[in-house]
Amino acid sequence: MRFEKKDILDIKSLDTKEITMILDTAQGMKEISKRPVKKVPTLRGKTIILFFQEPSTRTKLSFEIAAKRLSADTVSIAKSSSSIVKGETLIDTAKNLEAMNPDIIVLRHSSSGAAHVISKQVKCSVINGGDGIHAHPSQALLDMMSIREKKGSLAGLNISIVGDIAHSRVARSDIIGFSKMGAKVSVCAPQTMIPNGIESLGCRVAKDMDTCVEGADVIMMLRIQKERQGNILFPSEREYASLYGLNPARVKLAQKDVILMHPGPMNRGVEISSEVADSNSSMILDQVTNGVALRMALFYIVAGGSRHADSY
Amino acid sequence: MQILIKGARVLDPGNLDDKKDILVRDRKIEAILDPSDTSNLSDSSDVQVVDASGMIVVPGLIDIHVHLREPGHEYKETIESGLKAAARGGFTAVCSMPNTDPVNDNSQVTAFIINRGKYAGGARVYPAGAVSQGSSGTSLAQIYDMQQAGIRAVTDDGLPVENSLLMRRALEYCNGLNIPIFVHAEDKNLMDGGSMNEGPHATFMGIKGIPNAAESIMVLRDIALCELTGAAVHFCHMSTAESIEAVRQAKKRGANVSCETAPHYFTLTDGAVKDYDTNFKMNPPLRSEKDRKAIIEGLMDGTIDMIASDHAPHSADEKNLEFDRAAFGIVGLETSLPLSLKLVQDGMLSMADLVDKMSKQPAKILGIDNDIKPGNPADLTIIDPQIQYAIDPSIFISKSKNTPFSGRQVQGKTFLTMVDGRIVYKKQ
Amino acid sequence: MKKKKIILNDQDFKRIITRISHEIIETHKGVQNLGLVGIQTRGDSLAKRVADQIEAIENIIIPVGSMDINMYRDDWTKISHQPTVRPSKIPFNVDNKKIILVDDVLYTGRTIRAAMDALMDFGRPSRIELAILVDRGHRELPIQADYKGIFVDTESEDMIHVHVTEHDGEDLVYKEIEK
Repeated sequence: MRFEKKDILDIKSLDTKEITMILDTAQGMKEISKRPVKKVPTLRGKTIILFFQEPSTRTKLSFEIAAKRLSADTVSIAKSSSSIVKGETLIDTAKNLEAMNPDIIVLRHSSSGAAHVISKQVKCSVINGGDGIHAHPSQALLDMMSIREKKGSLAGLNISIVGDIAHSRVARSDIIGFSKMGAKVSVCAPQTMIPNGIESLGCRVAKDMDTCVEGADVIMMLRIQKERQGNILFPSEREYASLYGLNPARVKLAQKDVILMHPGPMNRGVEISSEVADSNSSMILDQVTNGVALRMALFYIVAGGSRHADSY
Repeated sequence: MQILIKGARVLDPGNLDDKKDILVRDRKIEAILDPSDTSNLSDSSDVQVVDASGMIVVPGLIDIHVHLREPGHEYKETIESGLKAAARGGFTAVCSMPNTDPVNDNSQVTAFIINRGKYAGGARVYPAGAVSQGSSGTSLAQIYDMQQAGIRAVTDDGLPVENSLLMRRALEYCNGLNIPIFVHAEDKNLMDGGSMNEGPHATFMGIKGIPNAAESIMVLRDIALCELTGAAVHFCHMSTAESIEAVRQAKKRGANVSCETAPHYFTLTDGAVKDYDTNFKMNPPLRSEKDRKAIIEGLMDGTIDMIASDHAPHSADEKNLEFDRAAFGIVGLETSLPLSLKLVQDGMLSMADLVDKMSKQPAKILGIDNDIKPGNPADLTIIDPQIQYAIDPSIFISKSKNTPFSGRQVQGKTFLTMVDGRIVYKKQ
Repeated sequence: MKKKKIILNDQDFKRIITRISHEIIETHKGVQNLGLVGIQTRGDSLAKRVADQIEAIENIIIPVGSMDINMYRDDWTKISHQPTVRPSKIPFNVDNKKIILVDDVLYTGRTIRAAMDALMDFGRPSRIELAILVDRGHRELPIQADYKGIFVDTESEDMIHVHVTEHDGEDLVYKEIEK
């Protein structure tokens, strides 16, 4: 199979075949990170720009390690060092980056649609590393990879997503991706954090936390993003934790072999108790490990393939 | 010099609908004649004959919601370019919004706008002044002074008057001056930094939504204040089913309210916002299909009195940005007529109803008599109702091209626009 | 039109595996410190068979690994699709071992070049040798097989197809010639 798209912008635009191909490739990549020499020469001579207009530690690190394990050269631009602070528009910045002939640009940006906007302006591949509250495809794909690794497939699974759905690009991409791959997704949060029309993405809204996690095969807890909100979404962390926090009693309502996930970074004692986060059911660190393999797969897939003769 | 408009259907709702020839002389309508009586006139060398067979002559269209941007933002539009674009769009007059820089909150700015308008060679301009000083919502602007200089309405358009007490006092004060207040109905807190309609499309795109209630809550407040004070309240750019219903009920109770909508609200929905194209971003935003239908219903049953374009020019630099950072607003002067004619083509409105909403009602609220009758200024629009074409922003006269209707197939166009007896636009 | 010509049937297959196994034992005077690494996808089946055969002869189990070399190809950006990447499995330490790479067809030599690079990333073998089922010529790199099943004369546009029971349900090698 050949991946025909130039960019990876969101989950909506990937079909199930493409998602499966990405997950299969990522699974194949995973072993490289366990070798004594954690590096293959595949992307030697390729330049990857990590353009992070919004602060990020783990996603950027994960993309950077992924690129380096494939021998690509990476250059990082952060907001403080970019011309954006000097008043340059996103499109001008993107065109300037393009002029330096990178092969791939990974963009993290606080505006929804930013990756879509620049993908139309540049010839190189664009991978959306998270745009506003719209999409975070690499996170959703590594979540799918982690679930598939434990459960074999997503089809028929009951997956609960709990937390600030309204301000979460991860939630949007997860809901679309999980339901596309055949899972039944239910979401739960105070209504202040459930966006209007979320059902149209492929999920149902549970009336409370207990209903949401009952019989779940997978529970995904989202970070309460303190930096995104004022004080009118919920009154206090204490109230939030008691209404929507994941604790051992609530885990008992789920399937025996339930797996617990969190895209990180966690607020221990708020959305997830330490007991749960550190339990055997927790896949939180596997998600991080798989993130590197998955991002290697994305680089491999968008950077490859041009001629028609296969001459080995 | 006399001009004879020949061979057209003359449609002045409530006054005239017949095949008539119109003779214009000395800036005024000289006579309305039976076509059989004008053959000798057309031979006279002193008479310029406009062959308007197949066309419709209507009282000059008036767009009561236009941002001319001058003074202050001449790179988006000037009074001259805006008034010429208006003429091309078939408008003989526009009401200009006061959110310029400086704000039109004093008679000097008003006089400047009127003076520039005189020499623009396009449509007439009737400025609206600000309700509050600097449109800052704190104290009343010198409304009487501006009225003396020529404003026909007051509004803080672009911003709501958030302080209910100030709104009450403004209504009371304006009631005495017999000048209407145009309301930009928006609850800024509920808007919460949103940039498109709240609903499944915004949720999917990850764009912060603006709920219907952000508009209707202020409509309901100002209806209450209208009924409290008895002053004339006019609601601008209505976009939601709830607002229309509120106005409908207020009218039933006899409240002194009127309202307008814009062509994009009965033409498009939030489903049309694709690929983060910022030409689909305006405030209020494109709403749901349910709202679009309610707007058409409001136009049909008379709840919505007028159609205005909310012409809001912006330069490409202000639009070629991330969706949430791009400016709100679209140009409309040169697309308003064909988009509105679609309502007639679809059988939603009669041609007379449309002319009423685009000419007679706007004239009434601005205090203008634009009946087609001898002695009145010759402000006339001649419409070619048949011509079919695609909207092409590159030939807009407006300095800005920010329209979501590029490439759209439409029917009907301005054939000729006459202001004060002079032809200010004629289709090539 | 394409013409099919059978080169090896299942009996020939068996004989070649047996012979190569004997040659390996003979060359190394036993199987001390030896490891086999098959190149995916069909080379790893062949490697397992050789190991089984050696075990039958010497009664010693020698370690077998399998390797995906797609990430080391020098032409992967030029080919029409992204080859599916599979995990490599080398369940033993290759340091100071004598490693025999096993593959089905030796053609340009580029796969073997890639395989040697890949192997180096797993450690430092004391020696690398190459066992091959079919050598079809047309080398582009200075690489030769140490253990060879059969040499087949080909034009470069000919296709050599190798079927193995584990993947294809039969042991068969045939040549496809453009007529």
